[in-house]
Amino acid sequence: MITTSGLTKVYRSRGREFTALGGVDLHVREGEVYGVVGQSGAGKSTLIRCVNLLERPTSGTVTVAGQDLTALAGRGPRASAELRRARSRIGMVFQHFNLLSSRTVQDNVELPLEILGLARRERERKALELLDLVGLADKARNYPGQLSGGQKQRVGIARALAGDPKVLLSDESTSALDPETTRSILQLLRDLNRQLGLTVLLITHEMDVVKTICDSAALMKSGRIVESGTVAELLATPGSELAAELFPVGGEPSGPNRTVVDVTFHGEAATQPVVSQLARTYNIDISILGAAMDTVGGRQIGRMRIELPGRFEENVVPIGFLREQGLQVDVADVNTPAPAAAPAEEGAK
Amino acid sequence: MTWSEMQPLLRDACLDTLFMVWWSTVYAVVGGLPLGILLVLTDRGGLLRNALVNKVLGAVLNLGRSLPFIILIVWLIPFSRFVVGTSIGPSAAVVALALGAIPFFARLVETAIREVDHGLVEAVQAMGGGTWTIIFKVLLPQALPSLIAGLTTTVITLIGYSAMAGAVGGGGLGNLAITYGYQRREDTLMNVTIVLLIVIVTVVQLAGDFAVRRLAARGGRQAPAAGLRRLLPAQRKPATATTAPATAAPEAVSDSVPASAPEKAV
Repeated sequence: MITTSGLTKVYRSRGREFTALGGVDLHVREGEVYGVVGQSGAGKSTLIRCVNLLERPTSGTVTVAGQDLTALAGRGPRASAELRRARSRIGMVFQHFNLLSSRTVQDNVELPLEILGLARRERERKALELLDLVGLADKARNYPGQLSGGQKQRVGIARALAGDPKVLLSDESTSALDPETTRSILQLLRDLNRQLGLTVLLITHEMDVVKTICDSAALMKSGRIVESGTVAELLATPGSELAAELFPVGGEPSGPNRTVVDVTFHGEAATQPVVSQLARTYNIDISILGAAMDTVGGRQIGRMRIELPGRFEENVVPIGFLREQGLQVDVADVNTPAPAAAPAEEGAK
Repeated sequence: MTWSEMQPLLRDACLDTLFMVWWSTVYAVVGGLPLGILLVLTDRGGLLRNALVNKVLGAVLNLGRSLPFIILIVWLIPFSRFVVGTSIGPSAAVVALALGAIPFFARLVETAIREVDHGLVEAVQAMGGGTWTIIFKVLLPQALPSLIAGLTTTVITLIGYSAMAGAVGGGGLGNLAITYGYQRREDTLMNVTIVLLIVIVTVVQLAGDFAVRRLAARGGRQAPAAGLRRLLPAQRKPATATTAPATAAPEAVSDSVPASAPEKAV
């Protein structure tokens, strides 16, 4: 649905060059929620702004819904009529909502429809329908200044949906919101993704966002995508940095002569209560040192660090049992201290 | 000089002053608003970035602003004669006043437009809006309170300038004060003229403040520019922020700002 290939963006100022994007190949499938994570300055924002050409890429192509947008861009700073038409079919939500304070909520949602040239009656009907969809039908006549952050973002989402887009771009849309509001906005995005078959590309620095709604994710570092894939694929990749940040596990062994094992749950197999089965079958005591688990649709996803009594050699059979269940099992190196359990919370600016 | 003698003089002078201020304001808006917008749009990172246009325009506006008005008016005498056929009287003064006010207002427009959050421009670009859409649906409506505040400042400055125009034969209250009040030592007339000027300035300022306040009441929007805020005393945070002012149509404003209000036809 969204494909970028060899996307680069180089900023030049006073003879100095700064490469914001160094050749990004991104592939977002139709109907999925795709999250791009990375620290500030990694180029995520430049990337998403290149997707609808708010930022003109230095080289490379962007294809959205089969249309090569980079080919539509004129040469000057002004957007061609075709590019503008293509943009109207791509919704975008922003971190700071970017609502016009001079217009009512309803008029804000009507703005893209005005640009599309819809008749007043039609605009009104559509705007109210969209406000109803995001649960703000009663705020139509209010001004954005009278709404809370979460409500403003709902208006932003309604506005982004006005052009019946197939694709929604979300530029840190929950980063200015408190955790509870973030959850409700993510829930809304998830619902829209399911109900309307909307493809969502979102960028965020919050791992929780990816964990909550993303089907796939990519990690960006200094202008490049260093890892990408579906959440299950990432989990299955040994040594995946993204998986480790999404599902961080930690914990030190409680004493000598213990075997510490990291068990990764993903895919079909992770439906059984394996830990208690293991304990019962082999009559061993298992301690859980750390875990980062979620249960989605009755299936467990995540990782768990467990401790088995005895050395590794004594635990070959139980570990084999776990592998037989289709779980990915890595024996953690006990001597090296485990990484910190909490992901770097750089969120609250 | 008796009051009945003064009355017709004052009335005529008042009408002349209002004539000069009104028309020069109209020209200032008609000329200054597009120029101010153009200045922002052609700037680096603007929608129509064009270094040459920007530099030239900026230089011309600076030239207009750096000349003291009294010099400008004298310098423009031949031009006034060319345009209106005479170099004295209110009509001739309007030429100089308008040319003095256009760069002044254009700079205030520039400040007001520049203040509009770039994120809003980007949001409208992202939904497929072109340059005209951005000007008429984002920049002007969002900057309206600041524009009104700038207009108020411009009108008040023009009232002062029009009095200066009086010194060189432009007519109006300034002319009256100089010829009768100063040269003929009519102290009473001088004082009455001053009071009249104060009243006119106060009325304009209050009207401007009122309009800005009405616009600002639309759901706790951001206050005008820091530079302009000083000119708008005691208007912070109206208490009506929570009660939805659904009828905030700027009817009080529409006749004073012919160029920027029309699209809000609620």
